[in-house]
Amino acid sequence: MTAALDVRGLTTRFDTRAGLVTAVNDISFSVEPGRILGLVGESGSGKSVTGFSILGLIDAPGEVAAGEIRVAGTELRGLAPAAMRRMRGSKVAMVFQDPMMTLNPVLRVGDQMAMAVRVHERMSKRAAWARARDALATVGIPAPEERLMAYPHQLSGGMRQRVAIATALLHRPGVIIADEPTTALDVSIQGQILAEIRRLADETGTAIVWITHDLAVVSSLADEICVMYAGRIVERGPAEAVIAAPRHPYTRGLLDSVPSGHAPGQPLPQIPGSTPQLANLPAGCPFRPRCPRATDLCRTTPPARGSDGREVLCHHPLEAA
Amino acid sequence: MTEPLLKIEAVSKRFSRRPALAERLAGRITGRPARDETVHAVTDVTLEVARGEVLGVVGESGCGKSTLGRMVAGIHAPSEGRVTLAGQPVARDRGGHVTKLTPNVQMIHQDPFASLNPRMKVGETIAEGPRQHGLTPPAEIPAMVRALMAQVGLEGAYANRLPHQFSGGQRQRIAIARALAMRPDLLVLDEAVASLDVSIQAQVLNLFLQLRRDLGLTALFISHDLSVVRHVCDRVAIMYLGRLVELAPAEELYAAPKHPYTAALFASVPEIGRGRRAFHPIEGEIPSPLDPPPGCPFHPRCPMAGPRCRTEVPALGPAGPGRAVACHLEHGGTGAEVAA
Repeated sequence: MTAALDVRGLTTRFDTRAGLVTAVNDISFSVEPGRILGLVGESGSGKSVTGFSILGLIDAPGEVAAGEIRVAGTELRGLAPAAMRRMRGSKVAMVFQDPMMTLNPVLRVGDQMAMAVRVHERMSKRAAWARARDALATVGIPAPEERLMAYPHQLSGGMRQRVAIATALLHRPGVIIADEPTTALDVSIQGQILAEIRRLADETGTAIVWITHDLAVVSSLADEICVMYAGRIVERGPAEAVIAAPRHPYTRGLLDSVPSGHAPGQPLPQIPGSTPQLANLPAGCPFRPRCPRATDLCRTTPPARGSDGREVLCHHPLEAA
Repeated sequence: MTEPLLKIEAVSKRFSRRPALAERLAGRITGRPARDETVHAVTDVTLEVARGEVLGVVGESGCGKSTLGRMVAGIHAPSEGRVTLAGQPVARDRGGHVTKLTPNVQMIHQDPFASLNPRMKVGETIAEGPRQHGLTPPAEIPAMVRALMAQVGLEGAYANRLPHQFSGGQRQRIAIARALAMRPDLLVLDEAVASLDVSIQAQVLNLFLQLRRDLGLTALFISHDLSVVRHVCDRVAIMYLGRLVELAPAEELYAAPKHPYTAALFASVPEIGRGRRAFHPIEGEIPSPLDPPPGCPFHPRCPMAGPRCRTEVPALGPAGPGRAVACHLEHGGTGAEVAA
């Protein structure tokens, strides 16, 4: 089966005053139709830049310096701007954290959704509105007819994010990149949206890349997990396996930092220090200064990717369970 | 039993907005006069916090948890009811107005990028309160700043730096040091770890637990994060749409929530290790506090609601030792039983 999204050796750099910063460093992953990949990391890990790189949304002084990005077999890198615009929205779409960044505040929901339909397909306004209404119904919006007539400010935060997701679904893209789409929402609303997303992936076969800092969300949603640290994927594997028995010391540390599962009131096992500046990464393994398993080897030599179904970027991975 | 340190007695807070001129004119023309809009941020909340206790306040946006915290800190004066700290009102009101903020309650805010003065050296920030209130003799201030910074895990030499030279986690440590400098009786932490990365959040939570042990802190810990609250709090108050719906010791609440909202909230929170599973999210949306539903605030979303819930607001009543619930199910039934 052709992967819905196949990323090989993606490297994105930014030319900053502090020097050339490699925000995404030689990462590879693929997602098959109907599957959900959780891309997890803390601030500055490169998870959002990965999403932007796939959509071709990196502007100067940044550039995608190397790698292949294939959507249903079509290579996106090197596409002419017009061709890339045709792909964006129809074959691969994005959902952002803040729906008000996506929605035009002065247009009715129906008007802007119909516009998104007609950018890619010749179709009457009436038919475009009908398509928009169906998309709203798909994401579980009650009374979609009425919502089409509403302006974004008349909707709640959860409802706006559903509209943004519905807009991404208009052309049944093979891939949706979702960048922290539920982070700003209340837990009860987040629960509703996660349930809808799982159902969408199962029913429509859309492949989803779910970018988040929240391990609990990916552990209940994703099929596969990639953990990012300092621009690299440090661990990749089936969601249940990575959560149950992480092999990279960073993944272990992250999971241990979450209070649930620890005796209340007791100190949490913490990762010392803080995430390194990308412009000033330590030599060898970037996680070495914070790592309890580090040796002299980690000081000098960056770890290479090992692969046995689980990819772990570490000289001294934890034992497989 | 000793007198509780903090008493919140039947406190309500409403915010009103007069209609703008254009709205009033439009109202006059159409014959439907524009009315004042009133947000019922907090309605009839009664709570007590014992000395040395950490009380968690949990709820979703618009539930009134931050407004409650601000009333405790004396930033807002309650519309009704009163807040007392060791028997003294926190806002020394003359005609209902806040005249002086009590230094005995200190607040730690969510965003350490907004809560520190970007132009002030962090040592100055920490020293400002005790200096203003004359708590520490001027000669002892530099030593006090160094001691406080050490206590929150920062090097004393950083006192001359500006906030932008620190990471988010370090800034939150500075905010904690600033609060502790006042030697407060009570801390109010409003989503104090919500904006931090998980690994940094764990460091700050550990610091809080350590300080709690060393100093015997009393605190109101406001958060939307159920797992964080469980980890640091002795008792937990659950709020919904301005009302207190459940109050219980943390362990018992997490073991067996009694209010349908609490139960639904727990069920819709993803948790590590529970694995992939079907979510059972709460139906519907949180109603607007501008126009709260009649009866129980949760009844439009509650699977157990009956006729009584639609008309009568359930009172917070005892539900086992140390526990209280505001739900007709616990206290006399919803009325659905009669119909059935």
